[in-house]
Amino acid sequence: MSHLVTFILMFGFWIALSGYFDPFHIVSGIVCSLIVTWLSHDLLVPKGTDIKIEAGRVVRFMLYLPWLLKEIFFANLWVAFRVLHPRMPIDPRLIEVKTDIATDLGIVTFAHSVTLTPGTVTIAAGKDGSFLIHAISEQAAATLLNGELARRVKAIEGTDV
Amino acid sequence: MFSVAAVVLILASLLILYRVIKGPRSHDRLLGANMIGTNAVVLLALIGFIFERPHFLDLALVYALINFIATIALLRYREIGGVD
Amino acid sequence: MTLVDVITGVFLFLGCFFIIVAAVGVVRFPDIYSRVHPAGKGDTLGQALILVGLLIYSGMSFIALKIVLIIGFIAIANPTASHAVVRAAYAAGVKPWEKGDKRQ
Repeated sequence: MSHLVTFILMFGFWIALSGYFDPFHIVSGIVCSLIVTWLSHDLLVPKGTDIKIEAGRVVRFMLYLPWLLKEIFFANLWVAFRVLHPRMPIDPRLIEVKTDIATDLGIVTFAHSVTLTPGTVTIAAGKDGSFLIHAISEQAAATLLNGELARRVKAIEGTDV
Repeated sequence: MFSVAAVVLILASLLILYRVIKGPRSHDRLLGANMIGTNAVVLLALIGFIFERPHFLDLALVYALINFIATIALLRYREIGGVD
Repeated sequence: MTLVDVITGVFLFLGCFFIIVAAVGVVRFPDIYSRVHPAGKGDTLGQALILVGLLIYSGMSFIALKIVLIIGFIAIANPTASHAVVRAAYAAGVKPWEKGDKRQ
């Protein structure tokens, strides 16, 4: 199963990058994808992965993206205001956040979202779901601590962790 | 239109260059270098459109990959203080 | 000037604005931790907006597919690089700037 998923992804990537459909390019694409699949199928899909659960997570992750894009846009207006303000109204602080996020995808998504949303940057991410975060103002820290982001990321992980 | 955007990108990179030269620590320099690198990716894509040679996009993609690996490798080096 | 040109121009303008803001922020902010904020957010959005402008200009083709790949890669790589920078700075024991301190 991991072979098949890796092969399809690799061959799709080849098609996207080459853009030619004559027999030579297709055959060399298949050969290259097979070699990569043989060498590294357990990197993309580690042993003991349930494809169905992971696919569900990927779909929920896609549904989470529009909300994230909106947040990113406002985050940038927010930072732009502070950068261009003559007196630079910033008051940075470090905060610790405890969440019950457990999967790798959840931790990466949370850390990325924290970096991309207003006024907060992840400094350290732990396997146990604790994050050390640099917030640029008190308001940014409070927004993060009220836990909406953690709830949304938790929803991506689903019930079967 | 694309040329104007390219010039703006170069000006932004020059601004960041001030931070790269000034420092004061190597992390500030690396942050600036990474930003200039990612700006260069977009610049390559823009050049492809200015001269109507879409193959520059492949260069942009490869440069993005190289730039990312370089930044991570250098920071890793800074973090553990040497290569083992 | 067609409609596509106008939309492309708007995206290019917004992207350039955010990239300039990120550059100014990196120069103005007082320490490495706060400099990462404009670097991680401003650059990611600015570059993505410029590339979306190019995407709209090029229309549906393999070029568009490549631009989408570049956008996706930048959106993953930029925050990771910022995170690596602050983590290395934190591991090296750089003190965060607080209100009233001298600029670093």
